[in-house]
Amino acid sequence: MTILHLAVLAPFLFAILVPFLFKYFRKVHTGWFVLFVPLILFIYFLSYISVTSDGQAVMQRMEWVPSLGINFDLYVDGLSLLFALLITGIGTLVILYSIFYLAGKEERLNHFYVYIMLFMGAMLGVVLSDNIIVLYVFWEITSISSSLLISYWYAKKASVYGAQKSMYITVFGGLSMLGGFSLLYVMAETFSIREMIGNADLILNHDLFLAAMILVLLGAFTKSAQFPFHIWLPDAMEAPTPVSAYLHSATMVKAGIYLVARLTPVFAGGAEWFWIITAAGIFTMAWGAISAVRQKDLKAILAFSTVSQLGMIMSLLGAGSAAFYYMDGDNALYTTAILAAVFHLINHATFKGSLFMVAGIIDHETGTRDIRKLGGLMTIMPITATISVIGLAAMAGLPPFNGFLSKELFFTGITNVAQYDMWNGDTIGMLLPVIAWIASIFTFAYSAIIFFRTFRGKFKPDMLPVKEVHEAPAGLLISPIVLVAAVLMISFFPNILAYSIIEPAMMSILPGILGEGSNFYVDIYHWHGINLELMMTLGAVIIGTIIYVTMNKWSKLGIYQNEQDIMTTVYDNGYDALIKGSQVLTRIQMTGMLRDYIVYMVIFIVLIMFYTMFRFEGFQISMENASEIGIFMYLILAALVITIMLLPRVNNRMTAIILAGFVGFLVAFIFTVFRAPDLALTQLMVETVSVILFMAVFYHLPNLTKDNIAPLTKAINIVVAGSAGLMVALVSMSAFTYGQTTPFDAISEYFIENSVELAGGYNMVNVVLVDFRGLDTMLELLVLGIAALGAISMIKLKVKEDDDV
Amino acid sequence: MEILIIIVAGIMIGASVYLMLSKSLIRIIIGTGILSHGILLMLLTMGGLKRGGIPVLDDSVQQYSDPLPQAMLLTVIVITFALTAYMLVIAIRVYRELGTDNVEELKGVPREDD
Repeated sequence: MTILHLAVLAPFLFAILVPFLFKYFRKVHTGWFVLFVPLILFIYFLSYISVTSDGQAVMQRMEWVPSLGINFDLYVDGLSLLFALLITGIGTLVILYSIFYLAGKEERLNHFYVYIMLFMGAMLGVVLSDNIIVLYVFWEITSISSSLLISYWYAKKASVYGAQKSMYITVFGGLSMLGGFSLLYVMAETFSIREMIGNADLILNHDLFLAAMILVLLGAFTKSAQFPFHIWLPDAMEAPTPVSAYLHSATMVKAGIYLVARLTPVFAGGAEWFWIITAAGIFTMAWGAISAVRQKDLKAILAFSTVSQLGMIMSLLGAGSAAFYYMDGDNALYTTAILAAVFHLINHATFKGSLFMVAGIIDHETGTRDIRKLGGLMTIMPITATISVIGLAAMAGLPPFNGFLSKELFFTGITNVAQYDMWNGDTIGMLLPVIAWIASIFTFAYSAIIFFRTFRGKFKPDMLPVKEVHEAPAGLLISPIVLVAAVLMISFFPNILAYSIIEPAMMSILPGILGEGSNFYVDIYHWHGINLELMMTLGAVIIGTIIYVTMNKWSKLGIYQNEQDIMTTVYDNGYDALIKGSQVLTRIQMTGMLRDYIVYMVIFIVLIMFYTMFRFEGFQISMENASEIGIFMYLILAALVITIMLLPRVNNRMTAIILAGFVGFLVAFIFTVFRAPDLALTQLMVETVSVILFMAVFYHLPNLTKDNIAPLTKAINIVVAGSAGLMVALVSMSAFTYGQTTPFDAISEYFIENSVELAGGYNMVNVVLVDFRGLDTMLELLVLGIAALGAISMIKLKVKEDDDV
Repeated sequence: MEILIIIVAGIMIGASVYLMLSKSLIRIIIGTGILSHGILLMLLTMGGLKRGGIPVLDDSVQQYSDPLPQAMLLTVIVITFALTAYMLVIAIRVYRELGTDNVEELKGVPREDD
């Protein structure tokens, strides 16, 4: 246990304390206690910058299940540190914001902060784990705590729906990922990511490579809301706004991004990795941006915008992974995309976090997030408006804000793909910048919609549920101001993080492809000269403005009235169909009729037996070694068969008992013939008692009525019963034939020789029953006793109405 | 002879399955009884029916019939009897409580909410 381990576990440990703090310090908002955890962790992680900026990494071991190779190993390099700082830094701001957002008296703060702490710890575990199994464990804890947070207001139906949906989708992805991890273990024979990267060649040339890759990517895509798994994110907006700002913009949805970046050195040698991720990312980007324009709810717009931006980062990671394919890290043609991905990751976390907080403030102050009811808030909420303008400009990619810088890099990275020579990079690759450009147009459009619909236009006080709208309290504004300050900082000094954060992160995404001792050198600057990227931005702004201005015309179109995502419809219908389908299936099969179940059982047994016997050529019938038949045996057996065949037809209860008894006595007679006096004796007595019992019972029961069975059912019954008898007879004959030919003697010689010597008895059957195999007899008597007790209680005991059974 | 007995036992098992597929509780119980008889015959036959003396030691007898299957069958008979008796009592109870011995009428009613 090192301090690093303690840092990851600290949120979990603190979560235990939260309910006590909530209960015993009711006067202080619980959030104030919680605030110190991420703050201290943030400062602690800052101390690692000096280590990682030299390209070094820290590895701390802690054994968990060493015999299976599962250890709680933590690994800090540039990439994990970047995420750890995001998680703790934005975590601090979000908790500060939540202190003012959630009222101390009415809300169940103990629940809220426990969930948030669970989430924070799990997220730190995901980004710092070196062992994939440990990573998976933390990954699932993020899914669970995220669902808990989404359904925080669990009385609301939409919250529960959103929580369920996100749970199903992310857990589906998580389980697929576990499958992928298991395949990785099969290939690389280690759970450690570090060692896997060392064995990347082994994995690349293995047959399971593609399967493992797709399974792992399912996990990453579901978590990071890539198409078509993005549908849970808009519904997760039912969570309290601090949660949306934290989980659904800055941290959890980037877990998939992290996983892709982390495993790039393992998988990126294959061209499939490049194409799947780039294509999925760019398509998600366009889909999210176009869907965002349709939304009427501020948070829903932001959710689709997050989907879009995540797609953008994902496509950049895909495009940049080509560096591994060519093993060329010196060439900016390949690495610019990775730089853009890391840079935009940071930018997105800052501006999207602040935008969510602004949406929360507007909701808090006006009581609604519907853009049709909002308007003209600029003069009423000037500070909020200022924060929004900066955040939105960054999101839309306007100069000089940081979104502009990362978007220019994005265009560069994605247009470079056309120069790759793998899998038609020059032809299909041409499509990517076009789609990216369309997505940017819509990004600009929805950023404009948020700003102009909320802050400009006419103020509509009569449509708002609150009486008086005024600027938010200072406490709510601190966090978004800090985030916006970060946006401005990065905007004007883009290289401020280059050496300390971005270069080490690039090093960990693309390890081992640079020459020994050399480093990535990042220099981001505003003015590239008049080039294609600038023209693309310019074009996006112009067309985006046209789209926004003419919005009233095309927003009447049917497609744009419908807010619901097509994939959500697919999901809902699929979910209903799954439940209905399984119900139908159950109804067909579980009829509640004894007859049907017996038919299933018999048919199954007969078919299985037949197949097995047929498959292994088990049917062998030989008359050799069979003993001779006396004439009287023919008579007995004929009588037996006739009785049995009559039995099902009888409709008189007395006749039925007598026939059943007759069968029993005939069997006793056969026992006599076969030299089994004890058996015959017992059989006679038992049969007599049985007949008396039957008589006694029948006295209480109605007479047998003729079974009214439909002809078809009757035919099925005959076939089923006949096949059962035939099958048993055939198998028994074969078994008998084999039994006669095996070289093994019966063990009975031992009993015959020793019954007097060892047990002092002359009747061998009785000696076997009470001496050699006495245990059977004891338990058989127990069965008899239990049956007797059962019969008594069946007759005597009655359940009364109010008895608790 | 073994083959013949096996065929008869097969017929008994087939008839018992047919009885168990009927609607009347009593026929089902009779069916289980017949099933156990068929199995008894089958078990006794599988060991081979070589004629020998009854399995009680006697100096004049050279060969005995196999005592082990007989001991096992004795156990089977007793257990079957216990089960049959118990099932009969259940049948009485069912008829007394529910007023029918038709198994199709004993089906549970599907709840409204599913």
